[in-house]
Amino acid sequence: MKDKQLIVSAIKNGTVIDHVPAKNLFKVITILNLDSIDTQITFGTNLESKKLGSKAIIKISDKYFLDEEINRIALVAPQAKLNIIRDYEVIEKRVVEVPDSIIGIVKCVNPMCITNQEEVKTKFSVISKDEVSLKCYYCEKITHQDQMTIYNVNSQY
Amino acid sequence: MQNKSLVSITDYSKAEYLKILDLAAEFEKNPNQEILKGKLVATLFFEPSTRTRLSFETAINRLGGRVIGFADVNSSSVTKGESLKDTIKMVTSYADLIVIRHPTEGAARYASEIATVPVINAGDGANQHPTQTLLDLYSIQKTQKTLENLNMFMIGDLKYGRTVHSLLMAMSYFNPTFYFISPDELKMPREYLIYLNQQKIKYYEYKEFMPIISEADIVYMTRVQKERFSDPIEYEKTKNAYVLRNSMLEHTRANMKILHPLPRVNEISLDVDENPKAYYFTQALNGVFVRQAIISSILGLNS
Repeated sequence: MKDKQLIVSAIKNGTVIDHVPAKNLFKVITILNLDSIDTQITFGTNLESKKLGSKAIIKISDKYFLDEEINRIALVAPQAKLNIIRDYEVIEKRVVEVPDSIIGIVKCVNPMCITNQEEVKTKFSVISKDEVSLKCYYCEKITHQDQMTIYNVNSQY
Repeated sequence: MQNKSLVSITDYSKAEYLKILDLAAEFEKNPNQEILKGKLVATLFFEPSTRTRLSFETAINRLGGRVIGFADVNSSSVTKGESLKDTIKMVTSYADLIVIRHPTEGAARYASEIATVPVINAGDGANQHPTQTLLDLYSIQKTQKTLENLNMFMIGDLKYGRTVHSLLMAMSYFNPTFYFISPDELKMPREYLIYLNQQKIKYYEYKEFMPIISEADIVYMTRVQKERFSDPIEYEKTKNAYVLRNSMLEHTRANMKILHPLPRVNEISLDVDENPKAYYFTQALNGVFVRQAIISSILGLNS
């Protein structure tokens, strides 16, 4: 599998997001709103990974993220690693961290919640970070990791 | 707590609870006080609840305030498709305080974000009903002369009953021992048991209450509703196990009192009503004093 290195070519400047679970690649793209970025983006998926079994990697040219932006992907890619690239060199490595609160991104699991009935942006406090659990600020119900639905960015209020 | 909305039972501290209970006792001694004169309270009932609405409106009227609002959505422009946001935006410029009841969970929290005046949650779906919890606390304190170290029995539907969940959270400040008695299908949800473990509060779970009822200081009854059962045969088998009858009260403690959020269906037999240990109707009346205390505290009015 020498091809692995060739599938996703190196970038000169930008951000590489590695160790994304392959099944959540498109969720990461959605959360980071990558479909509205006009610089070059390459990604590879279903790559072999000892840690994840099957991983994805995303390379975004000429784009750097704020911590609060990147931490939003912790919900779907908690083991993701970021490499910040300048002039083909990795100048910084970062890990993602589950934030204390989540605004938007996730749909509340409770169909009777006001956020599922009217145009209200969801708000959660993170009550568990290992196995992520979110408590809705409005209806106070808990949304567990396995119940999480990520909003399509364009459908966000 | 002046100008602070009351949406969830966790919005207030122990000290704030106790302050409201003291104030409620003052209103019980002297219910007619015109301290709300010139103030307008909006009662917005997006789902009908005669008991809660009359209790709030009685409290407001006894304080000399005036009420605007509606008793059900059919008499409001919600039927024309108006959003909650727009209704609240309009009412907030009319009234000094908003009391809201809504079938959607989280509606009161959302209303409190939009409103520029304080909001009191009078029930948002299966979520919260904090004024009910405060009147439960008041009733417990009044009948037991304390809130500390009590044996609290909660019987019936402990899974869906919002009143028992809120009461559990509120009572946790006062070192109770809980006895949860319910069928398997309607047990106290795990998240509340985890909470009690964290707070180091003792609790026991049972399926029957007769062998242990002699230990109770407070028996809090709830309705076991047929629609909560996935298996109708299971309902038929269990429904009579959670009915309280007068003959069952013989060996209970002298201080024991029976509470129920009402309306009752058949879970307390009519023959219990005449027993001095039956407290549920007085409990409902206490709601007026407690709501007077909550309204006057939020509006910063002193009696």
